[in-house]
Amino acid sequence: MKNQPSWTNWILVLGVISLAIVPLVVAKGAEFSGADGQAEAAINEIHPDYETWFNPIFEPASGEIESLLFATQAGIGAGIIGYVIGWYRGRKETGTDATPSPVKNKNPH
Amino acid sequence: MNISRWLSLGMIAGLSFYLVIASPAPAYAMHIMEGFLPLKWAVFWWIVFLPCFWLGFRSLNRIVKEQPELKLLLALAGAFTFVLSALKLPSVTGSCSHPTGTGLGTILFGPWVMSVLGALVLLFQALLLAHGGLTTLGANAVSMAVVGPLVAYGVYWLVLKTTHKQKVAIFLAAALADLATYGVTSLQLALAFPAPVGGVLASFLKFGGIFMITQIPLALSEGLLTVLVWNWLEAYSPDELRMLNLLNLGSISPVTTKDA
Repeated sequence: MKNQPSWTNWILVLGVISLAIVPLVVAKGAEFSGADGQAEAAINEIHPDYETWFNPIFEPASGEIESLLFATQAGIGAGIIGYVIGWYRGRKETGTDATPSPVKNKNPH
Repeated sequence: MNISRWLSLGMIAGLSFYLVIASPAPAYAMHIMEGFLPLKWAVFWWIVFLPCFWLGFRSLNRIVKEQPELKLLLALAGAFTFVLSALKLPSVTGSCSHPTGTGLGTILFGPWVMSVLGALVLLFQALLLAHGGLTTLGANAVSMAVVGPLVAYGVYWLVLKTTHKQKVAIFLAAALADLATYGVTSLQLALAFPAPVGGVLASFLKFGGIFMITQIPLALSEGLLTVLVWNWLEAYSPDELRMLNLLNLGSISPVTTKDA
């Protein structure tokens, strides 16, 4: 019973991965485009005379730069999540329990 | 044990298979792009959003003041939205969209906190990624940072009260919040761009149909990821969850509870 959470977690991860892979297999020929351009087309289709009245102040110079920035965003977020979970885990394992006040220095270094 | 494991795997496989059946069709935007809402609608959604932002700001302030030890958990909730809204995932419709990640923070801290955290994520994306926009920030924040969390909050408590299964409640809350966000986006676009024939409803069905189908697998992913992080929190920070009165709610098997 004790390692039940760990295998449930693996199944959760597996589920997320397969949900990301399945579309790639199913919709093989598709473009998987970022959709912003398509939305423009949809709006133009309904209201051909609509003109955007405000443009982004800053636009990434290319698709590569944009994906760099997206990766940075994901990286920062994932880093924080890893830090927080790791901090909690460390606290739990060093037994600094009860009220979660700043770490008591119990780590070996 | 083994049987239930294969059952879960089977369920996931079945679910994936079900998604296979959805036919590929082009999808539309994720957030509404800069300048793509007429001025009056842009202003309208900003006006709707501001009071919610204020409520969120107050709620955030109260947490930081009264329970400063929860700051780390707040950071986690913010980071979760930050990551998830950066993940452009492929969908069965052959285009990409991204989840919202607002369910986790809502379940932890209530329905209003995410209005601030979500808006920060949207601001980052509008300024640095040209994704979404400043004029449409009000509208995007209403869909992602206000309505999504409100739906998550309602679904979570409703499912928890009726089924007493917390994990199921968390999964559904996160997934439905994700879908609701894109439902609101569709509605916002439909209101601003009613079809010449059929009006707002026809537009809504057009935008909504495409949005929602694209979003279904992503919503499921979001639900799974939210439960994953929840499992970690339960394992490593039971103190914080206890402070928030969120530990072992409606837990069905007392064996797994490790309450002091």
